[in-house]
Amino acid sequence: MKNTSIKDLLEKYAFAGSYLEQNNFDISGKEEMTIEEYLATFSEEEKEDMAFDSESIVKGLEEYIKQMLSFLGEDKNDVQSLTIIGGTNKSGEAESFGEFTISTGEIIAIVGPTGSGKSRLLGDIEWVAQKDTPTSRQILINNEKPDYKWRFSTSDKLVAQLSQNMNFVMDLTVAEFLDLHAESRMVENKEDIIQKIITCANDLAGEKFDLTTPITSLSGGQSRALMISDTAILSKSPIILIDEIENAGIDRKKALSFLLSQDKIVLMATHDPMLALLGDKRIVIKNGGIHKIIETTDEERSMLHEIEAVDQKVQNLRSSLRRGEILTSDSFK
Amino acid sequence: MNLVTVSGPPSSGKTAVILKTIESYQKQGIYVGVIKFDCLYTDDDILYEKAGIKVRKGLSGGLCPDHYFVSNIEEAFAWGQKEKFDVLISESAGLCNRCSPYIKEIKAICVIDNLSGINTPRKIGPMLKSADIVVITKGDIVSQAEREVFASRVNTVNPKAVVMHVNGLTGQGSFELSTLLYDKELDTDSLKGKQLRFSMPAALCSYCLGETRIGEEFQMGNVRKINLEQ
Ligand SMILES: Nc1nc2c(ncn2[C@@H]2O[C@H](COP(=O)(O)OP(=O)(O)OP(=O)(O)O)[C@@H](O)[C@H]2O)c(=O)[nH]1
Ligand SMILES: Nc1ncnc2c1ncn2[C@@H]1O[C@H](COP(=O)(O)OP(=O)(O)OP(=O)(O)O)[C@@H](O)[C@H]1O
Ligand SMILES: [Mg+2]
Ligand SMILES: [Mg+2]
Ligand SMILES: [Zn+2]
Ligand SMILES: [Zn+2]
Repeated sequence: MKNTSIKDLLEKYAFAGSYLEQNNFDISGKEEMTIEEYLATFSEEEKEDMAFDSESIVKGLEEYIKQMLSFLGEDKNDVQSLTIIGGTNKSGEAESFGEFTISTGEIIAIVGPTGSGKSRLLGDIEWVAQKDTPTSRQILINNEKPDYKWRFSTSDKLVAQLSQNMNFVMDLTVAEFLDLHAESRMVENKEDIIQKIITCANDLAGEKFDLTTPITSLSGGQSRALMISDTAILSKSPIILIDEIENAGIDRKKALSFLLSQDKIVLMATHDPMLALLGDKRIVIKNGGIHKIIETTDEERSMLHEIEAVDQKVQNLRSSLRRGEILTSDSFK
Repeated sequence: MNLVTVSGPPSSGKTAVILKTIESYQKQGIYVGVIKFDCLYTDDDILYEKAGIKVRKGLSGGLCPDHYFVSNIEEAFAWGQKEKFDVLISESAGLCNRCSPYIKEIKAICVIDNLSGINTPRKIGPMLKSADIVVITKGDIVSQAEREVFASRVNTVNPKAVVMHVNGLTGQGSFELSTLLYDKELDTDSLKGKQLRFSMPAALCSYCLGETRIGEEFQMGNVRKINLEQ
């Protein structure tokens, strides 16, 4: 970098432009200089004003380039499986399941009373615990001791989260928002991807919306649909964690199968029977430990249709109320 | 004793994160105290006391709280030693985006929240750019995409920092943060001779000295005029 002009640097590493921009440097007209020459054009007073020191800026730029290159160079889907090796529960007793492996394309529900340790289990996974958390569990990725990059990298997180109380807060249209997200993920075929996300979101949501809609004025169902399809397509995280997804306005079954089609592992903390039974297995947590791992039985699966039917009826009642109708005993048939 | 400096914009979740982190330390038998620096008002000392944590507070009043921090941290450090803490955490309100209370060789944590807007990282100066660890809070109320965009902006302005997500309400991520803060190896006996990571701006104008009247003739010292020409 010492002898490279800013112009050549940006040609080679286009993303370095956003480092300079976000650090409030305007390099126009200075492209022929090296980065050090450019920084040397600032007087001490100007540096004081902008609050930077040249050495940190250069070091930061080197670090940024290194991180981005490693991010771009990675295979997109290198996680095939996740293994949990048992630790201890809150009383210090060993967990009895030994070892449990989850593969991409599987849905696992996590159930247990409040305070039992569901979030801790998810935390262990996200932190790729190596017997160094309160549970002493160990997490393997692809059957091996994982890279610590999962703990500290900003661009490569193991777990993406979707939950009930999440909202969009930015003041942008759907198109601007997706563009910004795609930009930060450094995808190449941005237009195609954005189109794919909106198509899929509209497929999941009851009511359609388009690219010019401001994200903050999407309905609850539309927001959730957009979040799911955006996370599935743009987030690199191989594991998706779902904390109760409300039923209204979105086809949850479709949403789950869509996530799975993107080769994700889906973990759900839920007590909703419809969601829990959509899972292949469920982990029962008790007193901080994994107490049992239950495989969804055929009988349970066959009940799913009945539960869905009841759920549909309740939803119909909701719609009737919304329309201002008076409910009769026929409404629940 | 370890000293850890925590700073961040108002209401970003500093106290919430510190409280959850201390919970993890208490389980491990590590003794932690807090010194809170603020400008005009704070209730934080009550929150810490309620959680059974020893705390002292200092209000800077008319001074920039970070300037006040540097002038008082040595005494605060001595108090912490007297109390025999393993770790003393300082919480400062980052009110002035130009100053920061970080000291060389002392862990520096910046707490900012997802709701503050994606252009916030570039607006905050050394408080964000020279931190060792940046903790992002309130991820529970924004979408995954916004969390990713926000974290990537933070990473762009400070690629050297470890960026962590902590939920100040549930404590998710606070155990993980706690493993990065306390390090017996980093124990220090005294702050004497240590240096700030970044100078604090040279500001000494008549208003610093209590002037309240508006008008050119009342402006003295280090005064700079805005340029309104295009
Ligand atoms: N939803 C949500 N709320 C949070 C989170 N972290 C903190 N809060 C809330 O945000 C508010 C401000 O948090 P504090 O911890 O007092 O913030 P602070 O930075 O210490 O504020 P000052 O010391 O006054 O500058 C409180 O109501 C917290 O409960 C979080 O991760 N999620
Ligand atoms: N095996 C364990 N050993 C020691 N502590 C544990 C263990 N499992 C969980 N804990 C601790 O127990 C507390 C409660 O756990 P957690 O927050 O994960 O519960 P939860 O099931 O998510 O509760 P909620 O339903 O309220 O969200 C946490 O402080 C966690 O660190
Ligand atoms: Mg929980
Ligand atoms: Mg506070
Ligand atoms: Zn200041
Ligand atoms: Zn002044």
